[in-house]
Amino acid sequence: MAHASRSEPFWWSLFAAGGVVAAFLVPIHVLLEGIVGPLGGPTPAADYDRMHAWLASPFTRVYLFVLISLPLFHWAHRFRFTLADLGLSRFGAWLAVLCYGAAIVGTALAAWLLITAP
Amino acid sequence: MPQETIQLVVTRFHPDHDPVPRFQTYTVPLHEDWVVLDALNYIKDTQDGTLSYRWSCRMGICGSCGMNVNGTPRLTCATFLREYAPGPIRVEPLANFPIIRDLVVDITDFMEKLPRVQPWLVRQDETPLTGGEYRQTPGEMERYHQFSLCINCMLCYAACPVYGLHPEFIGPAALALAHRYNLDSRDQGRAARQAEVYSEEGIWECTFVGQCSVVCPKKVDPAGAIQQEKVSAALDWLKSVVWPWGNR
Ligand code: SF4
Ligand code: FES
Repeated sequence: MAHASRSEPFWWSLFAAGGVVAAFLVPIHVLLEGIVGPLGGPTPAADYDRMHAWLASPFTRVYLFVLISLPLFHWAHRFRFTLADLGLSRFGAWLAVLCYGAAIVGTALAAWLLITAP
Repeated sequence: MPQETIQLVVTRFHPDHDPVPRFQTYTVPLHEDWVVLDALNYIKDTQDGTLSYRWSCRMGICGSCGMNVNGTPRLTCATFLREYAPGPIRVEPLANFPIIRDLVVDITDFMEKLPRVQPWLVRQDETPLTGGEYRQTPGEMERYHQFSLCINCMLCYAACPVYGLHPEFIGPAALALAHRYNLDSRDQGRAARQAEVYSEEGIWECTFVGQCSVVCPKKVDPAGAIQQEKVSAALDWLKSVVWPWGNR
């Protein structure tokens, strides 16, 4: 007898939220901080001091945390299913541990760096 | 002017003498108003009475004439020869299903999956017949109407790479039908459907390739139905976490 999954809605929610961040926030962020800023535009990435001052705000850190963490879970979910489709589905549980584990490690690392950064 | 013709390269398979399916080529008149099914009927009537395939209504309603035409699942009664001129046209049985003979596939798997999602009105409190029909506003009907147009042609199963790789997947049409009843204001069966619909073989198996919705001849959009069910399932899950004592 099949039963409703308890874990899939959780991972899928992170995947969906990560997809929204990756589709909308990441391109804007890359445009502003990766292109406009270095070209001399009025964004924090224009120089090190402004970047550093920008990072002082807790809001910036929360923003960066979301920007880094959620797309990692988006990747993890997609990559898990890609590996399964490539013929590794018999390692189902291991794929989940590997992919979500990597996202969790990445998230923890991001949190640690953002909390401890001066 | 000589009659224009087109070639059909058709899958043949007889389980008693063919170890594997083979192809046979037929030449048929290329009429402006002929569909692939007309050409198959012409072959059966005038060239080769042994050719086997399914059809019935000839008007896109019965859902029995689905085949892979040049690799794409199509209703052959709604697929014109002229689309493929000058040909040849490859006509194969629907992909992802076992072949019984020639263009006829074994649909047992789909027939077994369909009732598992209880695609009918489920009521907790059945009102007696004297109470009259369950009424519905046009707006309430509009919510599920699109998902009720499915003709069970199974083109979506033939197009779905996930179903091809993981045959335990309940699949697009059955899940879209579950969604259709979940959206129906007269229905009370969403909780009863959850065990199957929200299982690993249900909506979570889908990776949103979307090919089902591309090939669907009735614009049912099964891929959209499945994503909407995922959102509902995720909200249910969230509710059960923040409000575990609330009834589900
Ligand atoms: S959802 Fe569309 S393609 Fe799938 S069985 Fe129904 S009508 Fe056919
Ligand atoms: S023959 Fe009925 S749908 Fe094509």
